[in-house]
Amino acid sequence: MKLTLRVWRQKNAGAEGAMSTYEVDDISPDMSFLEMLDVLNEQLILSGEEPVAFDHDCREGICGACSLVINGDAHGPERTTTCQLHMRSFKDGDTIDIEPWRASAFPVIKDLVVDRSAFDRIIQAGGYITAPTGAAPEAHATPVPKADADFAFEHAECIGCGACVAACPNGAAMLFTSAKVNHLNVLPQGAPERESRVLDMVAQMDAEGFGGCTLTGECATACPKGIPLMSITSMNKEWLRATRKAGKR
Amino acid sequence: MARTVWDSSVGKKTVMAVSGVIMLLYLVAHVIGNLKIFFGPDEFNHYGHWLRTVGEPFMHYEWTLWLIRVVLVVAVVAHATSAYQLSRRDLKARPTKYVHSKPRASYATRTMRWGGVILGLFIVWHVLDLTTGTVHSGGFQEGHPYQNVVDTFSTWYGNVIYIVAMLALGLHIRHGFWSAAQTLGVGSRARDRALKTVANVLALLLTAGFIAVPVGVMTGVVS
Amino acid sequence: MTYTDYATGAPVTDTKAPFGPVHERWDKRRFEAKLVNPANRRKHTVIVVGTGLAGGSAGATLAEQGYHVVQFCYQDSPRRAHSIAAQGGINAAKNYRNDGDSVHRLFYDTVKGGDFRARESNVHRLAQISVEIIDQCVAQGVPFAREYGGLLDTRSFGGVQVSRTFYARGQTGQQLLLGAYQALSRQIAAGNVEMHPRTEMLDLIVVDGRARGIVARDLITGKIDTYFADAVVLASGGYGNVFYLSTNAMNSNATAIWRAHRRGAYFANPCFTQIHPTCIPRTGDHQSKLTLMSESLRNDGRIWVPKAKGDTRPPHRIPEDERDYYLERIYPSFGNLVPRDIASRAAKNVCDEGRGVGPGGQGVYLDFADAIKRMGRKAVEAKYGNLFDMYQRITDEDPYEVPMRIYPAVHYTMGGLWVDYDLQTTIPGLFAIGEANFSDHGANRLGASALMQGLADGYFVLPATINDYLARNPHQDPVTEQHPVVQEVLAETEDRINLLLAVDGDRTPDSFHRELGELMWEFCGMARSDAGLRKALERIPQIREEFWRRIKVPGTGEEFNQSLEKANRVVDYLELAELMCLDALHRTESCGGHFREESQTPDGEAARKDEEFSYAAAWEFTSTGEAPVLHKEDLVFEYVHPTQRSYA
Repeated sequence: MKLTLRVWRQKNAGAEGAMSTYEVDDISPDMSFLEMLDVLNEQLILSGEEPVAFDHDCREGICGACSLVINGDAHGPERTTTCQLHMRSFKDGDTIDIEPWRASAFPVIKDLVVDRSAFDRIIQAGGYITAPTGAAPEAHATPVPKADADFAFEHAECIGCGACVAACPNGAAMLFTSAKVNHLNVLPQGAPERESRVLDMVAQMDAEGFGGCTLTGECATACPKGIPLMSITSMNKEWLRATRKAGKR
Repeated sequence: MARTVWDSSVGKKTVMAVSGVIMLLYLVAHVIGNLKIFFGPDEFNHYGHWLRTVGEPFMHYEWTLWLIRVVLVVAVVAHATSAYQLSRRDLKARPTKYVHSKPRASYATRTMRWGGVILGLFIVWHVLDLTTGTVHSGGFQEGHPYQNVVDTFSTWYGNVIYIVAMLALGLHIRHGFWSAAQTLGVGSRARDRALKTVANVLALLLTAGFIAVPVGVMTGVVS
Repeated sequence: MTYTDYATGAPVTDTKAPFGPVHERWDKRRFEAKLVNPANRRKHTVIVVGTGLAGGSAGATLAEQGYHVVQFCYQDSPRRAHSIAAQGGINAAKNYRNDGDSVHRLFYDTVKGGDFRARESNVHRLAQISVEIIDQCVAQGVPFAREYGGLLDTRSFGGVQVSRTFYARGQTGQQLLLGAYQALSRQIAAGNVEMHPRTEMLDLIVVDGRARGIVARDLITGKIDTYFADAVVLASGGYGNVFYLSTNAMNSNATAIWRAHRRGAYFANPCFTQIHPTCIPRTGDHQSKLTLMSESLRNDGRIWVPKAKGDTRPPHRIPEDERDYYLERIYPSFGNLVPRDIASRAAKNVCDEGRGVGPGGQGVYLDFADAIKRMGRKAVEAKYGNLFDMYQRITDEDPYEVPMRIYPAVHYTMGGLWVDYDLQTTIPGLFAIGEANFSDHGANRLGASALMQGLADGYFVLPATINDYLARNPHQDPVTEQHPVVQEVLAETEDRINLLLAVDGDRTPDSFHRELGELMWEFCGMARSDAGLRKALERIPQIREEFWRRIKVPGTGEEFNQSLEKANRVVDYLELAELMCLDALHRTESCGGHFREESQTPDGEAARKDEEFSYAAAWEFTSTGEAPVLHKEDLVFEYVHPTQRSYA
């Protein structure tokens, strides 16, 4: 396959960026999208140009590092991560636009690399269960109904890639935040911090400058792990419950 | 608690949802009242008068109406203020557009903001037209709503403004009702289809019900 | 003197493991270890490099205890460490199934699975702690698979006959890592952990014989900085990426442990690498990494190849009696669940015979047709759905219809920095935990044991043993950047970076890495021979020399520069690969993942030579390209007596 790539190039956080056009040839349909970019980068290095910077690590769809907007879609046309997208999803002669995640809470560091540390701070605000090492009771002491365990797992699958934010027209982080809130709040182990968790995480999400939710559903469509839009509904319910309870105290 | 709600993006959405639901309930009553126009001037004018005497003798003349008006104004202001502040936050959160952009989400979803603005402007015109009579086209007569309505819909612009606004209202309710359910946490996977159906039916009935009046006037059914 | 003329130095001994009955040793050690007064702990700074299962859990736990933790990871977030990719599960001797499991059996299985090249004391401790790990993770909210009654579900893994593997669908590593990450996040928010993401350790600072800090590069600004502490913990993972193609993450690297080795930490059993039997075969030269298919698939999938050589019929056209379910045939009692090393080698053997399937004949079938018939497609989907999806995405083939094709790939490195029972390296104050050390798996790791070891080290072992070191060294002199040793280390690091940028040759870092990887896979992969290893040992210094002549790294050091990161890691692979080959050459026996063609039984199984090689080989660095010094740690087996492993 022969492809034309239009890639966002930006020297650093402070610099102005622009799209640059490159040609790549001999692309196999079995290559992953990132392997195709590897080909481009090898080409660029040898011609004395700086290779395109992009985040990637596990290349098996679980670490959440890769983060490209391909032809306007976060992670591209298939419902998967960029690293698991294969070139068979494209046609010979295609022109492909590659851009970084866009959100003011995710500033560009270089080219296609953005700073997603805002997500870490949302987790730090309450996305955990306080269980210091050694303090744990026997694992079978508290049975968890299978339905609850499955619900928790479905939300715990979030890989923190940020595609939800990138796809959201408002740059909102509701799906990310709700995934963690729901994972922990449905479990009996998470119950003691149920209220403070959702209130603190939502407050931190706001403080990071993410937008609000207008329920466009773009986040859930882009999510490579299939976190459902209803996740946001569940979090709203948790938030209202927590606010009411806090009001009574 | 009020502070927590207002300071939070989720809280402001709650304010929008609650005020939206209040306005929606009002609109349901409103459309039912409107349809009385098809039963002639007497019934319609009598209904208009009754609105002012609701609650008597416990309430004084027009007290109930004013109470409703106050609630509605508070709802509109809360809805609009939250929407404005949330929109500003949203635009700030996504300052750079994608070079490769494509239309996303449903039309109803994408038009919530501008649809809301259209509805806001419409409400101002609507009140000045048929409540205060300030911008009314014919000779506005207090206590004769039937004739006032016929006057308004006898002008081409009256019809255009009204029908456009009601179509915007339909779209707004279609996404707004379902959206409010999610914001208030009453949505669920099992209920989702039902909620969407209710939203569509509500949007359709309200739009059709409201538009029936100008159409009635235009076609001469109401005159 | 050539590289292979290594000298044998004084034996290295583990002075920390207590004597006495094996099941009492951990208690005894914990009691004997000195403690640091809780009020004094905040005065101690501990550096932790890496945020995977071992590093994340250690950082969180040390901070909970009151230490001041300064932690590093090269990823943009601690949540992305490669432990996240572990799929199958985590072992624990809970015996919830009442199927005869016990701490002793887990201990026994692990020592045997490791082909009798691991320390009994360590392995027993690991088995003991395994049960606490499950408790800890459940308390953190890790959503393990559960049964309808609400209790935890388990499954079987290779090399064992009990069901002791706890799992969270095919994403157990992810869920355990997020548990540790969340505990770490809590400590970051509390100000007890100072987290440095996108910061890579480039060297170790050793002052007066003790580890006192590290040199690290901020990957965004390129700034090289020094960080000081009272102890340094390396939790930087394994070195499988020496092979270029592996199941490791693209940026997983050996720099932290290799630099520590160069500064004096012994490197033990570098040749013990695990080739995982169930990976998706490569599709071409563009391949950048290999993807694992969880070993759990072998619970229900059946492995086979055609009986006839060069049979190119599609799988469904090959009748039952023309298929060779070779694992079930050769190892009837364990069948498809033999340990990884055995399954991998068997796959290699049938492919070498010309019976492999798929492009290039480098693959065997993993067939679920029987499982689907027996359990129904729905049940198979519930158990393995995400793995099947992943397979389909990568290969464009539907594993519900067509058998999967799998082939072995480099997955894990049992070797690593030599550590004593306290997980302390030969440099006082330098600890190594998780895959970075060599301790618990011997010559072969059993499935679902890496997660167990990483968390055991991080949550329970290190937090107990590091106290002893810190308590015995309460008032170390402060070290500053002005210290001559620090200046020297800093200068060396900067020189290396500058040199990489200055060569301006005509080959990319990747091209060197790929060349080295191919060489290693061929000569130091699944089967090793004297001639092959010597060839590799001849070639590696040549590649290294060429590297420093022809490497091209664009850009500067004072910016985000991924080529520079890569090149700097390749520098260390080029040295580590040489040690791996030497270790493989010196160990003329076959054991676990290390298969020497010269040492096999008449029916082609690995033949151990216990009289000669019942030791861990700990290598001491001398100088680049110069022969290292071998220190042997004799292994004593009091409880599990070495026998030829039999899974037949």
